[in-house]
Amino acid sequence: MVMKFSTILRHLREGVKNVVRNGWMSFASISSIGISLFILGVFMLLAMNVNNLASQIESQVQIRVFLQLNTEQAKIEQLNNTIGNMPEVSKVKFVSKEEGLEMLRTNLGEDGNELLEGYDNTNNPLPDSFTVEVVDPQTIAFVAKKISAINEAEGEQPISSVKYGQGTVETLFKVTTAVRNIGLVIVAGLAITAMFLISNTIKITILARRREIGIMKLVGATNNFIRWPFFIEGALIGLLGSLVTVALLLFGYSQLVQVSQVELGLMMIKLVTVEESGLLVAALLIGMGTAIGIWGSTISVRKYLKV
Amino acid sequence: MSNIYMLELSTGCDNVIEMQDIWKTYADGNHALRGVSVRIDRNEFVYLVGPSGAGKSTFMKLIYREEVPTKGQISVNGFNIGKLKQRKIPFVRRNIGVIFQDFRLLPKLTAYENIAFAMEVIEAPRRIIKRRTMEVLELVGLRGKHASLPAQLSGGEQQRIAIARAIVNNPAVIVADEPTGNLDPETSWGIMNLLEEINFRGTTIVMATHNREIVNRLRKRVIAIENGIIARDEARGEYGYEI
Repeated sequence: MVMKFSTILRHLREGVKNVVRNGWMSFASISSIGISLFILGVFMLLAMNVNNLASQIESQVQIRVFLQLNTEQAKIEQLNNTIGNMPEVSKVKFVSKEEGLEMLRTNLGEDGNELLEGYDNTNNPLPDSFTVEVVDPQTIAFVAKKISAINEAEGEQPISSVKYGQGTVETLFKVTTAVRNIGLVIVAGLAITAMFLISNTIKITILARRREIGIMKLVGATNNFIRWPFFIEGALIGLLGSLVTVALLLFGYSQLVQVSQVELGLMMIKLVTVEESGLLVAALLIGMGTAIGIWGSTISVRKYLKV
Repeated sequence: MSNIYMLELSTGCDNVIEMQDIWKTYADGNHALRGVSVRIDRNEFVYLVGPSGAGKSTFMKLIYREEVPTKGQISVNGFNIGKLKQRKIPFVRRNIGVIFQDFRLLPKLTAYENIAFAMEVIEAPRRIIKRRTMEVLELVGLRGKHASLPAQLSGGEQQRIAIARAIVNNPAVIVADEPTGNLDPETSWGIMNLLEEINFRGTTIVMATHNREIVNRLRKRVIAIENGIIARDEARGEYGYEI
């Protein structure tokens, strides 16, 4: 049956009015949605930051490719191209043995002075090497193997060893994956809890109105006629609750990012910015709030319509 | 009074309500009605009397299709409502005005909105809703209280609003379940005058009551139900029970 336009307007008007008429009940529902989604939002931001941190750590892993001593310049260039052309590789940097020695000195600091004493460019014991960064850190072992395989193709075996922190890197990835999964589980669990909490509150507010629904049926209202204003009311309550929450959450988070910039910056930790996270968090929370509002009210009304 | 928004359900027949050998047995085995046959014509005013639990309420509920008979046929306005599809119930109810002892107004709506709601349900245009609602408010004598909430009105005034809601769509029948049950005698007479006025304008009224004085002074057809059967049906009857 096609609804008259004036009836659609009527339902919209009634839905909005109902939010106002049931002042305290609406307030309870909006608060319940707000608080649940706020907690969910906090954990979403936390999970996003943990994920970001894990990515930062992962992106620091790199492959060192050590060459045989006295490899010819032409061969080095050829290898540089071969490795650089691999699709998984994002960056190749040649580190000459002179640079290698210099880096070693810097890394070891005071303690190294004694150890590296007497070594200079004429008797440098280090080989030339490449530093290779990969696009996806998780593929590092595969890429390392691929680089080692170059030796098989070449007769003279120009590569002496390929190192990427075998063992350590695998453990690191296990930890970051676990942390990510735990974050995801917590967020999913909270989302489900929030849904039940909110729909329960809405159910209680509608329970108080089952008499109203009975009267509406008595004067000859069809089920759809009764349902629509409740549908709109639920959507509105969900929307209001989630909008307030998103505003508070993102404002609070932007303050946190600002305040923590200096202190966390020293520890080389960078929080996800509001610009990066805001849209996703807002869309998810508002979408969820509205959907739950509609779901809760529709389900509950349906129960009392069977008169 | 315009009848354009009266429902397609109205037919021209004389018998507004007809029951044939109606039985109603509830799930707990209680036989509320045991073979009731009755015919109520257009424009009649009928008192339904009898002891509590005799089956009066069931009789009324069958008319506005809150209950379905276990056995037998019932037609209202020419429609066999015993066999009505769930989906069609609202349309039958729009042609029956129901009035209760406890008024049953929507507590958060004003007097005006309560009455207008019954017209919104049939998707009448706003302009007509406004005109007709004010018209019935005038008829029940509460034009000045259109903006009051039910809680701000006295019992008698709430019942008048409920009556206004019941008649706003020009129903063929009004079913009133003890409409004066919660009101003092003076207010009750006011309500009775109003119902008589509505009946005079052409609406059939079926009213269940325990009010002996009203039945005996305002003589109408009396149907007495005892133990689920019609014990008495008199054209200008008396209440007939000691209180």
